[in-house]
Amino acid sequence: MSPTAWGWLILAFPLAGTLVIPLGWRVWPGRVAGYIGSLAILASFVCSVGAFITLHDRAPEARSVTSTLYDYTHTVGVNVGMSILIDPLSVFMALVVSGVSLLIHVYSVAYMDSDRGYTRFFAYMNFFVFSMLLLVLAANIVLLIVGWAFVGAASYLLISFWYRRATASAAGLKAFVMNVIGDVGLVIAAFILFKHTHSLSYAGIFGGAKETFSTNDGAIVAACLLLTVGAFAKSAQLPLHTWLPDAMEGPTPVSALIHAATMVTAGVYLIARFHVLYELAPTAADITAGLAAATLFFAATCALVVTDLKRIIAYSTMSQIGYMMLGVSTGGYDGGLFHLMTHAFFKALLFMAAGSVIAAMAGIQDINRMGGFRRAMPFTFITFTVGALALAGVPPLSGWFSKDSILGFDVHRGGYYLVLAIVGFAGALLTAFYSFRMVFRVFYGDPVPEAGSLERGELAHGEPVNPRTGEHEDTEVGFPGPEHHIAEREFSMKLAMGALALLAIGGGIVQIPGVTDWFDKFLEPVFANSKFVNDQPSTSAEWIGLVVGAGIALAGITTAFVMYLQRPGVTIALRDRFPRLHDFLEHRWYFDELYDALFVRPATTFGNFGRYVIESAFVQGTLVGGATGIVRAGAAIARGVQSGYLRAYALLLLAGVAALGLYFLLQAT
Amino acid sequence: MNVNWYLVLSAFIFAIGAAGVMTRRNPLVILLCLELMLNAGNLALIAFSRMWGNGDGQVFALVVMVVAACEVVVGLGVIVAMYRRRLNIDVDELSELRG
Amino acid sequence: MWFEQVMFFVGAIGALAGAAGVVLLRNPFYSVLALVGHLFSLALLFLLLRAQFLAAAQLIVYAGAVMVLYVFVVAYVGGTDQPLGPEVAGLRKLGALFAVAVGAELCVAIIGSGLSKLDTHGAKVDAGFGTPAQIGQLLLNRFLIPFEIASYLLLIAAVGALVLARRRRGHPDAGAIEQIGHAPPLEGVR
Repeated sequence: MSPTAWGWLILAFPLAGTLVIPLGWRVWPGRVAGYIGSLAILASFVCSVGAFITLHDRAPEARSVTSTLYDYTHTVGVNVGMSILIDPLSVFMALVVSGVSLLIHVYSVAYMDSDRGYTRFFAYMNFFVFSMLLLVLAANIVLLIVGWAFVGAASYLLISFWYRRATASAAGLKAFVMNVIGDVGLVIAAFILFKHTHSLSYAGIFGGAKETFSTNDGAIVAACLLLTVGAFAKSAQLPLHTWLPDAMEGPTPVSALIHAATMVTAGVYLIARFHVLYELAPTAADITAGLAAATLFFAATCALVVTDLKRIIAYSTMSQIGYMMLGVSTGGYDGGLFHLMTHAFFKALLFMAAGSVIAAMAGIQDINRMGGFRRAMPFTFITFTVGALALAGVPPLSGWFSKDSILGFDVHRGGYYLVLAIVGFAGALLTAFYSFRMVFRVFYGDPVPEAGSLERGELAHGEPVNPRTGEHEDTEVGFPGPEHHIAEREFSMKLAMGALALLAIGGGIVQIPGVTDWFDKFLEPVFANSKFVNDQPSTSAEWIGLVVGAGIALAGITTAFVMYLQRPGVTIALRDRFPRLHDFLEHRWYFDELYDALFVRPATTFGNFGRYVIESAFVQGTLVGGATGIVRAGAAIARGVQSGYLRAYALLLLAGVAALGLYFLLQAT
Repeated sequence: MNVNWYLVLSAFIFAIGAAGVMTRRNPLVILLCLELMLNAGNLALIAFSRMWGNGDGQVFALVVMVVAACEVVVGLGVIVAMYRRRLNIDVDELSELRG
Repeated sequence: MWFEQVMFFVGAIGALAGAAGVVLLRNPFYSVLALVGHLFSLALLFLLLRAQFLAAAQLIVYAGAVMVLYVFVVAYVGGTDQPLGPEVAGLRKLGALFAVAVGAELCVAIIGSGLSKLDTHGAKVDAGFGTPAQIGQLLLNRFLIPFEIASYLLLIAAVGALVLARRRRGHPDAGAIEQIGHAPPLEGVR
């Protein structure tokens, strides 16, 4: 079969899952909905592999195939079709998305059991995977925007999955609103590009870009900056990042899938796909890289002090995506995309293991209440540590290879980019520190009561409460189910986590500098038109970067070891020494408060004004009330004629006769 | 004798009867004023009959008298029923059809 | 001629005085008497217009029967002195105003319009004009059907009066003669 046939099948299976699962929601017993969902994604993954193989069979120059299902519009210069593009970049993204989604679906089959919304969950998850695949396989910017919007909608549905929780619905709204800001930027960028290149398909835009735009042309810079706005909103980078920590209100598999591996990487994909344009607008690319580096550092500092386990991992995601953005906006496309893949592996693994720990804690996510789970949950401990090691960038795990290839490339480019690379290395130190902060706080130390009871074989069964606000909930529809599932007891969870751990450990093998270059070779046709294609650092320079990175990682881990295990209490002393700094970091650099004052308050004030003054007083009171009042008054006057008095009626009769007589008299004269 | 004078007289009597209907509150007196108006009409009819030399007007006036008699009978029956029901004999009291 | 004019004025003044009396007198009994006087004057005017039969009918039927009926009802119902003015604001003034307006219009119509073309002295009539014989001829020949219908009308009116004024059983009657042998009030009979 041709690659594009595989491509349509990649899309078809999750779509079928989205339609089939809800249609039978009353019928599926037990975990069947989960099996159906996982099978759909498995089929999609198999088709991705098929597309990969058939694409690989072609010559490198011919590895860009499009296929159109039907013409969507074909009018005044706007020719848009339902078309997909199969080239190395999209196949790579499809493999990562479908593969990691498959493992997360398998994990969720057991994790979400006993939740009343089980079927709804898998329907939403399949819908999400379909949207993400549509986004990456689109061959024109219109279909990209469609997939982009669907992904935002699926994210909203899944974040506020436990919809009866006020904090969850508020978080879903926040994510959606910020995503819409990005959508607007993306759409306006599409307009600008269409206006200049008169085409909406990638082939048309990229083909005509070099002729239409001169370097740093105002239009192309504007378009690229707007694309950046879109990418940053979806990938939670500064300044559109505040939704990501709140999005941890969703179930843990949702955080693993959407907010670690797939949706937040859509922005990276966008910039990688549009690299031709970014290279024509270096100003925009530099701004993007600068913001990415700032995000990287900002998120790492926040992860140092936050105490909610999932939120630490969320900030880590924000930081790592900063690395990826740094890579693809400065020309290190291979590094950025390689890091995308390895990050998907170890971050999803971290979330899964965190979910297992939270289940053992009966829903509590505060690391101040955790400790000593090493003996009670060995499997979770090992997988979590593997994930943390990969995140920190310890050799020879995959994270080491990918992260340091980005930083090595930027060192090689020098100048402004060297500064960004140094920021990146500083961030790497912090990353190593906080990832092992998590490991030591959760798994080492004295076992907390939940760990103790688990060692004896009893899974803790606490009160169902909202972990953020502590308010009591029931376990019916719209809230988490009553039972919690840990990895040690569920086979499917172990299967998924084990697979991801192996991938996290061995995933770096595809791109070892000087030894294997399968990854670069595969993506080469896509980035062949980049101006950095011949400007790669040498192997030895890359190895120096790798060694430096390894050293930084080990330094960070050692610092964490000292501060948490050897001298416990040092961190508390530090917190008391620098209270204002601690508060500043804990409040995430007061971004939420800033946005609240800048945007939310004025909007709310205007909304209240609109409701009470414009709507109630003016429209309801004056316009509507006035109109009805006039009619009522007129009717009251007219009603006065019906006085009920006989003689008044007689008077009216007589008056009528007199009037008629007068009329006839006047007529006769 | 100029017939016009009779007609003018009839008009005056009619107007006086109309003013009486409007002004009085006792239903009996209102009925009496109605009689006045009817009589005015009779006078006009007979004057015209004399003018044309035709007997038709007089027959019409006779029929008007019959009608007036019937109307008086029914009206007085209503007043008697009102009185029997202990209602106030006042036309302004019967104002339930207002509004 | 002069006799006719004098009689006309006598009749006219009598009629107007009677009409004014009906409207202005407070006691309804006096109003009835004023109307009787008015009817007599009208009968005189009918005679002047050569309508002998109608003048007699007016006196016998109207003044004789209908007014007697009125007298009976006024005696039964009573109706004391009442204020002349209405309680509804402005009705009195407006009523008078419109009545005057109608009167004025009619006069203008009569005097001003084409009636002046007619032969105002009346056509030549023979001696049998206005006699009962002539009226009888007309009633039975030309106006037979209206005659019959008028008699039906009288029947209906009589029946209607009976229905309206009958005493219902069990209903409290104002000023009724004490019932001999009290009948117990029946439920639901009004």
